Amino acid sequence: MFKQLDVDQIDSVQIILDGQPLQVSKGITVAAAVLSNNYRYTRTSPVSNSKRAPFCMMGVCYDCLMVIDGKANQRACATYVQNGMQIDRQQSVGPELGANQ
Amino acid sequence: MKNHYQLLVIGGGPAGLAAATVASAEGISCAVLDEQATPGGQIYRAIESIPEQRGKQLGSEYLRGKTIASEFRASDAEFYAETKVWSLNSEREVGVIRSNEADIISADQIIVASGAMERPIPFPGWTLPGVMQAGAGQILFKSAGIVPDNGVVLAGSGPLLLLLAWQYLHAGVEVKALLDVTPLSNHITALPKFPRALLAHQYLIKGIGYQIELKRAGIPMLFGVSDLRAEGEELCQRVCFKHSGKQKTIESELLLTHFGVIPHIWLTQSAGCKHQWDESQQCWRPEHDEWGNTDLPGILVAGDGAGINGARSAEHAGRLAGLEALFALGAISREERDRKAVKDRKWVRDERHIRPFLEKYYQIPKDMLATSDDKTIVCRCEEITAGEVRQAVREGHDNTNQVKFFTRCGMGPCQGRQCSNAVAHIVADEGGMPVEKMGHYRGRPPVTPLTLEQLAGLNKEDVL
Amino acid sequence: MNSDALIVGGGLMGSSIALQLAMRGCKCTVVEKASPGRHSSGVSAGGLRLLNRDPAEIPLSVEASKMWRDIASLVDSDCDARFPGQIRVAENKADMEKLEKRAALVRSLGYGHEEIIDRKELYQLVPALAPHCVGALINRTDGYARPYHALTAFRRKAESLGVEYHSSTEVFNFEKQGNDWQVRTSKRTFSSSVLVNCAGAWANKLSTLLNEPVPLTAKALALMVTERLPHFVDPVMGAASRKLSFKQMQNGTLIIGGALQAKLDFEREKTELDWTQLAKSAETVVSFFPQLKDVRVVRAWAGIESFMPDNIPVISQSQTDSNAYHAFGFSAHGFQLSPVIGKVMSQLILDGCSEIPLDAFHINRFNQ
Repeated sequence: MFKQLDVDQIDSVQIILDGQPLQVSKGITVAAAVLSNNYRYTRTSPVSNSKRAPFCMMGVCYDCLMVIDGKANQRACATYVQNGMQIDRQQSVGPELGANQ
Repeated sequence: MKNHYQLLVIGGGPAGLAAATVASAEGISCAVLDEQATPGGQIYRAIESIPEQRGKQLGSEYLRGKTIASEFRASDAEFYAETKVWSLNSEREVGVIRSNEADIISADQIIVASGAMERPIPFPGWTLPGVMQAGAGQILFKSAGIVPDNGVVLAGSGPLLLLLAWQYLHAGVEVKALLDVTPLSNHITALPKFPRALLAHQYLIKGIGYQIELKRAGIPMLFGVSDLRAEGEELCQRVCFKHSGKQKTIESELLLTHFGVIPHIWLTQSAGCKHQWDESQQCWRPEHDEWGNTDLPGILVAGDGAGINGARSAEHAGRLAGLEALFALGAISREERDRKAVKDRKWVRDERHIRPFLEKYYQIPKDMLATSDDKTIVCRCEEITAGEVRQAVREGHDNTNQVKFFTRCGMGPCQGRQCSNAVAHIVADEGGMPVEKMGHYRGRPPVTPLTLEQLAGLNKEDVL
Repeated sequence: MNSDALIVGGGLMGSSIALQLAMRGCKCTVVEKASPGRHSSGVSAGGLRLLNRDPAEIPLSVEASKMWRDIASLVDSDCDARFPGQIRVAENKADMEKLEKRAALVRSLGYGHEEIIDRKELYQLVPALAPHCVGALINRTDGYARPYHALTAFRRKAESLGVEYHSSTEVFNFEKQGNDWQVRTSKRTFSSSVLVNCAGAWANKLSTLLNEPVPLTAKALALMVTERLPHFVDPVMGAASRKLSFKQMQNGTLIIGGALQAKLDFEREKTELDWTQLAKSAETVVSFFPQLKDVRVVRAWAGIESFMPDNIPVISQSQTDSNAYHAFGFSAHGFQLSPVIGKVMSQLILDGCSEIPLDAFHINRFNQ
């Protein structure tokens, strides 16, 4: 859906997206990285389980929520990629919270 | 970061940067807080690091930001990047999150330069992946050099559509069509405002120039489009619309829409500033005087967050607010403030010339503002449809906040940013009342969510 | 236009009373200075709690608990009520002793609804709880409902029986003309045989007009709500010695409260959150449920509520006029009582006494 211009001129970092290692440009947001690597959606909604993707890219719509380094509900458009970052598409409300016992 | 500043500026776009630059010149302690990694705001996003080629593709208006950013960098103002502001109150206490920690700092004067956001207009299919706001496309382009690779349909109303089409054209992106939903009748209703707009003919010439270039490049530009919708199995696959009385379809996995911009008022709302409905701009904005003073002492607004006037005006309004803050702090006299403000005041006035025409010309028709299709989702978070909102009104919930209580519309993570205007319009429409009587969702902090751990961290005296 | 009863305040109490009076054939008018549920009824946390009630309130609360179980038969809607129970957790021996004492007190009054559970049962009920807790007090029939939905249901049912609501109608003053009250409002003058004061935080204005001022204080209490979470806890949670009150709603959001006071400008009806209060509450929540530390708070608010010095309401006939009545001062725990208040007030007004004694709630307790 999106492509990155002048890819060869940019430093890259490695992220793990849904378990797959991926080289992406340094300094871009997670949402930009996801969209430019042909991932068409970033989460499923908690109400109807419909697929959703970044919509505003400026932190307003909260539609780009993803699980980043194990934490659910992170705005992918307001989070910058880091080397080794684990990013998962969020299913509904995200991973179980678990018990303490 | 100190826990108190004489002046805190929230937002590092043209208004905020200009305000901080002018204010810090008088030796006061001043800091700018911004969510992004570098100064520039959404309009001049990534301005400091933009590769030359991409800068050219984005155009001269964008490159103006370089001067503003470098002047700011040369000033004594501090810049706090990747800093989220989650609250503001009438006592000028500002909640911030930085390096994953929350804190509350304060200031004698606060300038809120929160900028604009795209006007959300719900239409059938707008929640499908592949439907995005035009501003999102621009942000991807500016900040990361990311552009559509399988073509794109642009649709909506407003000058940004033309600019984005022009920018994409120069970056070699296939623009499948530009669908203008501005009602053709606006051409006539806007006519009386046209003579004044001629005083700002540079903008008109620019707009016409874009159109000529796009036409020459063979990009289909359709005017008077209606019944816009995105369709597809889980993802956007095609854009459907009505044009010249006929149903049409364009296959496209990407649709970027734009329906003008509105002030981002969530911070001033939660601070309790008075807001008013701006009929011409079809949006709520904080009440303020020509210096940016709101009704709350020491809280000023500048730039598009105060009312939509564009990036250039924002810069001047920012300087005016900066001077006013200096005056309020006792750093400059009234005479000094007035003397230094002469040019900017004239600029702000002159920049207004084009606005009444643009606002009338690009006025969004009521059936789009009030989402005439009952099956369309208006609240993206809670997935509440226009029909459900209308039903709630019919059942006696006759203002925006009651509809929110009843339907949960606006109670999701975006806190109503995407649905508040649509809900107000639907409630007004259904109840036969003017929209300004409906009110806006009441501001409910935090303006951006914070974790329980971050919140708990505010309780510092309590040593665990 | 003359009504049998004019009810001042369109919140849950006013609506519940109007409904019960209408069910017995009275013609009722409700005047509301803002919109129904604008203050405490709309911003309530929605707890249906019989656990840990003031002994004076227990008889009312027991009856209310029964009514909530079958609320649809009264208002044609279940008000989204759920009954997963409510517990007060003990974190140490001292807490446990406190809870045991409380359970003994309730038993001595002839009620069995508050039970002590041991550590094992506590962790069976709430496996997500931090491991340091030692036991709890439980009422298995408690729960929660959605306040604004409940209010809407009460109001609509009342309206279907002919009750008239007037929003944005503020009472300025009133006087007796013959046997009837003439009530002047911001809209028009209403006349009515009986006057009922359900004005919440504004109730003292009316009781003062009746020459029986009360030491009511208006306070703003804050609540916060999180994003939707995977289901992880059933009962409504409280603690024996710390300010903890939270519940996970059907949609997965957590509502966190616990008498968190906010700043209030009563004249301007403006509230402002006190983040240090919310911070303490967040800290308490995380210490009971460490796995919630990364959960985000998306919204916090404060609502204006009426408090009496003894934290129990005024439910009584006026001392100065036998055709005026009061039901206010619920001190932030009135939601659960709302159905029964309608019932006992309608009995008090129409029969002269109610099936449940109301002596403890008489307005005369504040007489010098």
